[in-house]
Amino acid sequence: MGLRQGIADPEGQTVASALRSLGYDTVSEVRSGKLLRIGFEAADRAAAEVVVAEMCRRLLANPVMEVASWDLVEADAPLAAHAG
Amino acid sequence: MSIVLARPRIAVVVFPGTWSERDFAHVADAVLGWQATLVWHTETDLGRPDAVVLPGGFAHGDHLRTGAIARFSPVMRSVIEFAEAGAPVIGSCNGFQVLTEAGMLPGALMRNDHLEFRCEWQWLRVERPSSSPAWLAGLDDGQLIRLPISHGEGRYVADAATLDALEADGRVVLRYVDERGKADEAANPNGSERGIAGIVNERGNVLGLMPHPERAAEAEIGGTDGLLLFRSLERWLREQPAAAERRL
Repeated sequence: MGLRQGIADPEGQTVASALRSLGYDTVSEVRSGKLLRIGFEAADRAAAEVVVAEMCRRLLANPVMEVASWDLVEADAPLAAHAG
Repeated sequence: MSIVLARPRIAVVVFPGTWSERDFAHVADAVLGWQATLVWHTETDLGRPDAVVLPGGFAHGDHLRTGAIARFSPVMRSVIEFAEAGAPVIGSCNGFQVLTEAGMLPGALMRNDHLEFRCEWQWLRVERPSSSPAWLAGLDDGQLIRLPISHGEGRYVADAATLDALEADGRVVLRYVDERGKADEAANPNGSERGIAGIVNERGNVLGLMPHPERAAEAEIGGTDGLLLFRSLERWLREQPAAAERRL
């Protein structure tokens, strides 16, 4: 979940200024967000897309200030086994 | 015929992580002689109160977003029904956050612009009190009141069209100001859009505000301006025969 364009992001600004103070002069912007990794079962990829879209709409993102995007990864192992 | 009024009854909703419920109950019971009932978030029976309070705190640990999980608690279905019937609901601090997440009020509350938690007394200007007869009728347009704030995520945001509509409709009822009543950047404790500290729904019965009226009800702890909201409610209830009948 990332912040919508135009929504002020004091956390991102603070991180950007910290990076600049470490010498990364080329940092122009940091936008903060939240990453969730969700393990669930679905019949197929299309079904999984539908479920994730619904999760985002109902709970995970607040459309007033956030936009959600996602990647689907097929996996057999529990989430803890995946680093990324 | 004269009606002897029963004491006002308020239901104070408690989510896991709520922390201001006992302050609200104390003001109602001990300071005002009302009757407060704490209602756990898994309950659906509010107990026929005159008003519902969503108090401050950190419902469900503020996880995901403030109020995001609380809005799905079973009690919220009853709170929404109660509000849809036109009955008074107030959400203070975390309660305001829950009201916006539940879609009962527009906008959202985000991390303070300076990223600090602010716990201090704050001057507020009352605007268009007639927009919320139950909660603000006893206050004057432009009146300055002083209430505590205590939050890390109180920055009110909404898109420009929503903000314009709120202001045009007189639904911004509390604004952060300095002690002279001036609303500017210095007086704004969290970076809220247009210094907004409190808004009401279209009907005016649902009030959301970041400050804590329940923490300003006894002179010994620094101020009594919070009582103005409780007194408004009491006066409004007296004028509502339906509310009196409900208690019989």
